[in-house]
Amino acid sequence: MFFLIFKRFILGLVTLFIVSLITFIGVEILPGDACTSYLEREAFGEALAACIKRLGLDIPAHERYISWAYNVIQGDFGYSLSGQMQINEVLGPRIKNSLVLASAAIIIGIPLALILGIITALWRDKMPDIIISTVAIFSMTIPEFISATLLILIVAIWLEWLPGIVIVPTDVTFFELLPNIILPVIAIAMIMTAHMARMVRSSVIQVMASDYIQMAILKGVPYWKMVFKHVLPNALLPAINVVALTIAWLLGGVVVTEVVFNYPGLGRLVIESISNRDLPVVQALGIILASIYVSINFIADLLTLMLNPRLKTLQTRK
Amino acid sequence: MNTNIQEIKDLSIGFKSQKGKQISILRNITTNIRKGETVGIVGESGSGKSTLALAMMGYIKHGLFTTGGECLFKSQDLLSLNNKELEDIRGRKIAMIPQNAGQALTPNLKIGYQIEEALKLHTDFSKAKREQKISELLNQVRLPSPSIMALRYPHELSGGQQQRVAVAMALAGNPELLLLDEPTTGLDVTTQAHVLELLKDLAKDTGTSMVYVSHDLGAIAQVCDRVIVMYSGEIVLEGPVRKILKEPIHPYTYGLLKSIPKLSLSGLPDSMPGSQPQPGNIGSGCSFYDRCNFSSDECKFKVPELEYLSEIDTSVRCFNHSELISKTSEQKITNELKKEIIIDEILDLKDVSISYAKQGIIDQFLNKVTDTNPTVKDINININKGETIALVGESGSGKSTILKSIAGLLKTKDGYIKFNKEKLLSGDLKKRNSDDLRSIQLIFQNPDESLNPNHTVEQILSQPLKLYFGLTGNKLKSSIAELLKKVRLGAFYMSRYPRQLSGGEKQRIAVARAFAARPDIILCDEVTSALDVSVQAAVLDLLQKLKEELGTTYVFVSHDLAVVKAISDRVAVLYQGRLCEIGPSKDVYQFPSHPYTEVLIGAVLEPDPDIRPKLVAEDIVEEKPPEIGCSFQGRCPRILGDKCRNETPPWQFGDNGNAIRCHIDIEELKIQQS
Repeated sequence: MFFLIFKRFILGLVTLFIVSLITFIGVEILPGDACTSYLEREAFGEALAACIKRLGLDIPAHERYISWAYNVIQGDFGYSLSGQMQINEVLGPRIKNSLVLASAAIIIGIPLALILGIITALWRDKMPDIIISTVAIFSMTIPEFISATLLILIVAIWLEWLPGIVIVPTDVTFFELLPNIILPVIAIAMIMTAHMARMVRSSVIQVMASDYIQMAILKGVPYWKMVFKHVLPNALLPAINVVALTIAWLLGGVVVTEVVFNYPGLGRLVIESISNRDLPVVQALGIILASIYVSINFIADLLTLMLNPRLKTLQTRK
Repeated sequence: MNTNIQEIKDLSIGFKSQKGKQISILRNITTNIRKGETVGIVGESGSGKSTLALAMMGYIKHGLFTTGGECLFKSQDLLSLNNKELEDIRGRKIAMIPQNAGQALTPNLKIGYQIEEALKLHTDFSKAKREQKISELLNQVRLPSPSIMALRYPHELSGGQQQRVAVAMALAGNPELLLLDEPTTGLDVTTQAHVLELLKDLAKDTGTSMVYVSHDLGAIAQVCDRVIVMYSGEIVLEGPVRKILKEPIHPYTYGLLKSIPKLSLSGLPDSMPGSQPQPGNIGSGCSFYDRCNFSSDECKFKVPELEYLSEIDTSVRCFNHSELISKTSEQKITNELKKEIIIDEILDLKDVSISYAKQGIIDQFLNKVTDTNPTVKDINININKGETIALVGESGSGKSTILKSIAGLLKTKDGYIKFNKEKLLSGDLKKRNSDDLRSIQLIFQNPDESLNPNHTVEQILSQPLKLYFGLTGNKLKSSIAELLKKVRLGAFYMSRYPRQLSGGEKQRIAVARAFAARPDIILCDEVTSALDVSVQAAVLDLLQKLKEELGTTYVFVSHDLAVVKAISDRVAVLYQGRLCEIGPSKDVYQFPSHPYTEVLIGAVLEPDPDIRPKLVAEDIVEEKPPEIGCSFQGRCPRILGDKCRNETPPWQFGDNGNAIRCHIDIEELKIQQS
């Protein structure tokens, strides 16, 4: 088991290394360089030379990669072009804001998805299932920019209950931020919950049809005890990986929603830095998003390993 | 006093078809289970036997519903109870032992927990008492070291052990009626015999009534007092086990018994033509009319009633039962095969070893051989043109592995496979040329998985014809029709999809596909194991006829010794990937034989209550062959000691032409075994 975890860990590191190479090479083979694309028409003479000097573009690419990678490992992403400030300072509050948004969506969305998924499965083809499933399919299929815009129209403009867009400084405190995130969280949670609930539903139905559930019924196990002891542990195991992917998707910045609500998270930073041609920030974001995906999937694998007796004992007893 | 524990009255169960038509699966079943007796319910797949057993617990599968009748357990109709009331009966009064315990045990719960759950639900034992009882139960089903076993998860147990756990779980509530749904199907022969022995002892010790559902008349014969024979949702015959199995007075039962290969007979069993009608497709007369050899005009239009004959305590659903015995005694056909082997080698396996172990990256780099104890080792077999050689053994014996490596699907680690005396067959499929590939064809166990469900029969059969012979147009079409004719199917089957065929028809298509390549050798991997007995007999017969016509060589892999005896010219017995015995089949089945062959033959269940299996060895499951010494040392009932553990046994040759790999002197074996 230890060996398996170690292998997964190394594999994650290798993935990150490859991602860093790809982002670095991607930026490198773009026509021009960071300075010419940033300075645009002013890219000549002293301004260009100063910029090149500042970014160290006169050094050969592979050396630059090594020193960049060396700094990244130590947590230093260098300087952004537009803000002329340390990228760490740019990223910090954005990551925090994205975390707040994601956690709120997770705290509301995941339990709700589990409950709805289980209800729809246990009352399969009956009224609760038909209603919930119809709503779920609607919220899955309506694109988030439409549902988000509708939310703003109804809740913010007609009812005037909540602010429609987030107009706060990037480094706002948590409690000031809270009322602002309600609408974005609803918009995100709708899609996320619908997807996950459908997944949980089919997984529970599959387990309910298995031989061991029939056996549990024939053994005289009361219904709810059977659901909690025999059905759910087996049905929710495959859900772990889906939940992990959803969390990674949330943390990685829900780009469209953040743009619609003007939310200062990682997703909007991606859009901003691309349109500002701030290539060092784009590079840094590439690495950060990749690390989020890799580490969350790594955690999900660990959880599955721990919770699935088949995998657990297979590795230890042999 | 009522001596019946369960009474089923006029029970009918069905479902609604897509067109809204009501289709019956069980039709007017009336029968009783008496206290303390073991009743067998026997029938082929689709006869409704499992549905009946589940109804006896008040359980109707999703999508089915009762259309009439009742199921009385101690005068209480189970089908009218609500779930809460049923929970009190299930597990406590009536318990079920499922078909596939591996799938019927909840994978995330430990064995001990699952048994304790039953105890918690159905007894008021204290925690300490429950723990003691778990040990007792595990002991009772003869599982080693109960305290360790209780902490295991289901997947950590072998198939036989899982089945025993299921038995222990069923016994936990101390039920008055035990329902067993094919409890030994899917187990190895020796394990099956042991589990049956255990069930029989339990029935005797506890006095529990049992209902034993099975398609296997051999198993039924061993445990049951009374037998109910089902055919397309009806009871066709019911009576004492001896009466039913020795003098069946219903034509279906007679045909079924005839189609079972038996060790005591040589040659192929008689096959029964046709197949069971689909539910909803039953004509106006007797449901067996189409397949019956003894029918009269009456049978076509009138449904026979179940008639009770008090003098033999038997119920039968047939107009002509009284004439059946005299008619059947005239029908004596022997299908003795001519078994002359002409020495003309077509395939030569020399010192073949096969390993599944994957080399790690580092070992590959260092070019280090890691597996000193491969799955299959030292296989030497010569196969002659036109003979049928069978590879026999339990699961894990390496028989399918050898087959795959002949087919080129697995590389050999050592040794070689020579084709037609000169040509070495490459272990790499890609390196074999088209003609080599054509010469060796494979038929798989399960036609459901080996036929592409999205191809019509025509498309399936045209593939080899196009690939190897480049046939097109009318030529292709006529070749396909000819192939279908060879496997006794009409040309109209061409446009059908596999799902529109019965199990036997599907396997015929698989046979036709193999023959389409005009191969020299056909490898048959458990080709009849997924089929019902009557269909199995027909497929065996077909294979034999095709072989006689075309001179094909078969390598026939099977776990069923009786089937092997019926079809093969020579037999090779394998244990843990090592050859134990090889020789002409008539000699291998006679003594002296290798102790493992003796164990296997002893465990075969004959459909005759007077022939009991001989259980000479424990049914331990070995995960790996031993590194040194005889492969069978772990289970051998005749083990000599260190010699068997440390030295590879030599080949010894009997006077009949069979070769045995054993340290015990062959003359000595003969004395011991006779």
